[in-house]
Amino acid sequence: MVENNELKGIIEALLFVAGEPLSPDRIKNILEEVDKKAIQSILWELQHDYDMRLSGLRIVEVAGGYQIASRPELAQWIKRLKKVKQSSRLSKPSLETLAIVAYKQPIVKAEIEDIRGVDSSGVLKGLLDKHMIKIIGRKDVAGRPILYATTKEFLQYFGLRDISDLPTLKEFTELMAEEGSPTEGSEMQEEMVLEAPEI
Amino acid sequence: MSYEVKLEVFEGPLDLLMHLIKKNEINIYDIPISLVTQQYLEYIDLMKDLNLEIAGEFLLMAATLTHIKSKMLLPREEKAGDDEEAEDPRAELLRKLLEYKSFKEVAEELGKREDTWRDIFYNPPDKSMEGEDEVFIEVGLFELLEAFRDVLEQIPDKRYMEIVPDELTVRGRMTAIIEKLDAAAAEGVTLLTLIEEGSTRRTIVVTFLALLELARLRLIKLLQVSSSETIRVYRNEDSRADSDEIEET
Repeated sequence: MVENNELKGIIEALLFVAGEPLSPDRIKNILEEVDKKAIQSILWELQHDYDMRLSGLRIVEVAGGYQIASRPELAQWIKRLKKVKQSSRLSKPSLETLAIVAYKQPIVKAEIEDIRGVDSSGVLKGLLDKHMIKIIGRKDVAGRPILYATTKEFLQYFGLRDISDLPTLKEFTELMAEEGSPTEGSEMQEEMVLEAPEI
Repeated sequence: MSYEVKLEVFEGPLDLLMHLIKKNEINIYDIPISLVTQQYLEYIDLMKDLNLEIAGEFLLMAATLTHIKSKMLLPREEKAGDDEEAEDPRAELLRKLLEYKSFKEVAEELGKREDTWRDIFYNPPDKSMEGEDEVFIEVGLFELLEAFRDVLEQIPDKRYMEIVPDELTVRGRMTAIIEKLDAAAAEGVTLLTLIEEGSTRRTIVVTFLALLELARLRLIKLLQVSSSETIRVYRNEDSRADSDEIEET
């Protein structure tokens, strides 16, 4: 039986070497006899530890797993160490299209174009190339149009735990209802910019 | 003599409408159609003057706006026996604008997240650990063709007449391959074993066609570790539900 204090070290080491988000399930596959709940609470403990000792690292929860990452405010120093080859930011049309795909997936091109009011072929192709979306099949209607959905890379790129981590559309519907009070809306958006890691 | 014109680039007609609504501080629920239509058309003219190619969608929206405007001028029709008020001519446009607006807001939110998460870095996995998990590369058409040629070269070049009833169909082979892959589960099967099952040239050709069709339908995955390794065939787990598609093709 693995001792509890040992367990923390093991999980921390696994997170360190994984190079990708590790889900509690995957950790459980490695530490067979350990209860999944225990793994989850150790993950939260680790997150807390990192935050408490003001580490330059933190444990983020993205794409259904946990991963050790540098703190965003340290980016300027990291960029001095190595030339970071950053891809250009996504364009406004790309973000708009991604938002639609994220909420309405699986979705066909015509539905996206209906919402955006413009041809979206080029944007979709770009998003496919960037692995932000993928083709998951064809819709069973005339012409059998291609169905699109978002990818794991999409979650990672935007630091989302899973698709439900997106602000709900309802919030935005309510926001629209209060058209007269834009301040409330902007507050709401700021809150959603970056979540504090859960403890 | 040249002069500068500042024109915001609008992605589409809805984008332009949202801009006009914002600029004029209009209540989206009570859009003054004639004002908006007028300004919208001015923008279209400006785009024409600048020799910008105007997409059809812009013209369609112009027509829609004009149509709504004319409807607004007419007294509302009152149908006999119908005490419900006739729908506001702007209702459909409003619905579209609200929907578009909410996605635009999500897009802005995503943009902010993008800014933050671009500044977060992870450590790359240790090089010595690679190879534990097999890393696959996608097999292209040419690799498939090469594998096919290799098998063909291996068949003994005997020539004899063979008259068999035509039981061999691409669809039949597709079903057989899928069954085999389902049985093999995560292990997959090498491309060679699938192709070598049939020793005649004809069977091999049909098998090859079946594989291409299955790959096109995304029911299978073709992967290889490196371009010199054998190609392995896997069932595409994402599309397991779609396997009845074979029946349709």
